[in-house]
Amino acid sequence: MSIKRKPNLSATIALLPTWFVAVVVFIGTMAWSIRLSFTNSTLFPSSTYVGLAQYSKLLSSAKWLASLQNVLIFGVLYVAGCLLLGFLLAAALDRKIRFESAFRTIFLYPYAMSFVVTGLIWQWMLNPTLGIQASVRSLGWESFVLDWVVNRDMAIYALVLAGVWQGAGLVMVIALAGMRGIEAEQWKAARIDGIPVWRIYVSIILPQLGPALAAAGMLLAMGVIKTYDIVVAMTNGGPGNATEVPAKFIMDNLFGRQNLGLATAGATVLVLGVIIAVAPFRYAMHMRDKAKGAA
Amino acid sequence: MKNMMKLFLAGVAFAGLFASAHAEDKPTIEIMSSWTSGGEAAALNVIKTEFEKRGGVWKDSSIAGFGAADAAFQNRIVAGDAPGAKQGVIGLAAADFINQGLFNPIDDVASSGKWADALPKSIHDLISYDGKVYLAPTGAHGESWIFYSKEAFEKAGISQEPKTWDELFADLDKMKTAGIVPVAWGGQPWQQTKVFNMILLSQVGIDGFLKIYVDKDKSPASVEGVKKALEILGKLRGYVDAGAAGRNWNDATAMLITAKAGVQFMGDWAKGEFTVAGKEPGKDYGCMIVPESKGMVYIADALWFPKTGKAETDKAQKLLAEVVMDPAIQVEFALKKGSVPMRSDVDKSKLDVCAQKGVELMAAGAIVPDQAIVLTPQQVGALDDFVDEYWSGGSNDAAAAAENFFAVFE
Repeated sequence: MSIKRKPNLSATIALLPTWFVAVVVFIGTMAWSIRLSFTNSTLFPSSTYVGLAQYSKLLSSAKWLASLQNVLIFGVLYVAGCLLLGFLLAAALDRKIRFESAFRTIFLYPYAMSFVVTGLIWQWMLNPTLGIQASVRSLGWESFVLDWVVNRDMAIYALVLAGVWQGAGLVMVIALAGMRGIEAEQWKAARIDGIPVWRIYVSIILPQLGPALAAAGMLLAMGVIKTYDIVVAMTNGGPGNATEVPAKFIMDNLFGRQNLGLATAGATVLVLGVIIAVAPFRYAMHMRDKAKGAA
Repeated sequence: MKNMMKLFLAGVAFAGLFASAHAEDKPTIEIMSSWTSGGEAAALNVIKTEFEKRGGVWKDSSIAGFGAADAAFQNRIVAGDAPGAKQGVIGLAAADFINQGLFNPIDDVASSGKWADALPKSIHDLISYDGKVYLAPTGAHGESWIFYSKEAFEKAGISQEPKTWDELFADLDKMKTAGIVPVAWGGQPWQQTKVFNMILLSQVGIDGFLKIYVDKDKSPASVEGVKKALEILGKLRGYVDAGAAGRNWNDATAMLITAKAGVQFMGDWAKGEFTVAGKEPGKDYGCMIVPESKGMVYIADALWFPKTGKAETDKAQKLLAEVVMDPAIQVEFALKKGSVPMRSDVDKSKLDVCAQKGVELMAAGAIVPDQAIVLTPQQVGALDDFVDEYWSGGSNDAAAAAENFFAVFE
């Protein structure tokens, strides 16, 4: 029995500015960038349409293709790594250890830093002539090698390492909050049944943390799409194209290379990619809700 | 209380009046530059000091990094809040802004200062658009230099400058055995492109270089020249240290200053860093044009003057243009920055040995323009990608890469 609500005039008026911002700022600028991607704009917007030329240029650019591949590798490993490490940290803190709040602060602290700072710190640590490699060698282990940041094949994993170091704390906090919400009775029951602790975490706690971890995963995934500053600080896209990412490709073309058309084409492809990735998921959720409603 | 309030308001109004009258009197300008390293900042300060001496008000908006400063500048222009002056290179990068009518011409300053007589014709042509002068040149840089640490050369037992690439590589080998990093490599794409270009000039000569970059000539001779240049570039990979990737040019120069490394391929702005560190050219460090090169690649800096719609800024722009082209300032600026003065009528006696070599080459016309002068920013970016891919990819297939080189111009 649903009550049909009358639209509330004052509420509608109050929301008008929000609507205005949503339509003009978000949708408007998006439409504007999509329009630019069909023009030959260089430094300034132009209205000479060139059809799909920018897109064909984009798709034949080795740099762009490499950037897509890199963001995929980085994204999957970064989100998975943060979730795993964050969950393990939360589980460890959940064991009613001493100085818990101190540890919590330490683990969450990296997340408070900007990606630029994180990137710089890790760049120094992984730099073979300054960081870990140099100090280990100076201790006498002459053949020690840790040159991920300057190694074409490993540079992307160096980014993952720095990213996970920064992001795991966030997952830890969210997962810990979720664990604290789980009734103590369940623990007691499981103890009485003699189930080992790791098994309790995997089979009882973890399933109940689903929504919390999904939220954390979503937050991290959004960060992946706009990954820019950590790359600039750590490797600047190099060596070669090894750590080039779409956001950096777009920024470079917007400003340094004065190539608005190509940059907006890249941005459009990126948005389309996100929509394509998210749409089936949203559709499935929608169908599930509908099925629930019908039952 | 009411009286107090009145008095206060009157005071504020008076102060406001006074302040604005004061500000209008003085030509005020905001300068956006990327000159932030030690030598660069000292050079900018030369202009600042003279500008203030002549009654101008200077607001510094320096941003480290050429690309970062460019991006900030573009944002400000698009937002309608342009700074009064921007440091940039002479070349195609400025043309887009001028075609859009965004810059103020400084024609009257140029004609009253007789710039046309004082500057080499090629430079005067490059700062003029549609017959009007728009840019105020600050100095030119040679980009074909090898700097070397005399201490490192001594340690490795090298007594004289190498004359050919083979001799250079032999010397690099000597330094390797002496435990010195042979080449202090700046591992950013733009730096690598500059090294590629100086090698290319040594292989194809001045006419060949212009054919490739200006005429976009793809004849077998050009392809062969690019191939030979790539071979030499590839050979250099064996002489850089592990931490080279992403290194700033001034960090590379620091390796020479401390004699940790032997040579650096760089533009003459590196001299500014030596000067700040108290090192003298010819005594602590040496400078030579790359082996087998009959000329040098050059780039020229200038100040750009965006339209701001403010009268006091327009006045300041003209004053600044005058200051920049003052013969004494040109020399003093060049000494601090490591550059070569743009005016050909300045007192060259004060310049160091390296700059004098540069001035000689310039006067003889043995110069070719840097890619930023003759290529669009998109093409410059494509060239950076090309050289970086070859360098970091570790490919030794110079012939295949040389064929791909010409896609840069598309």
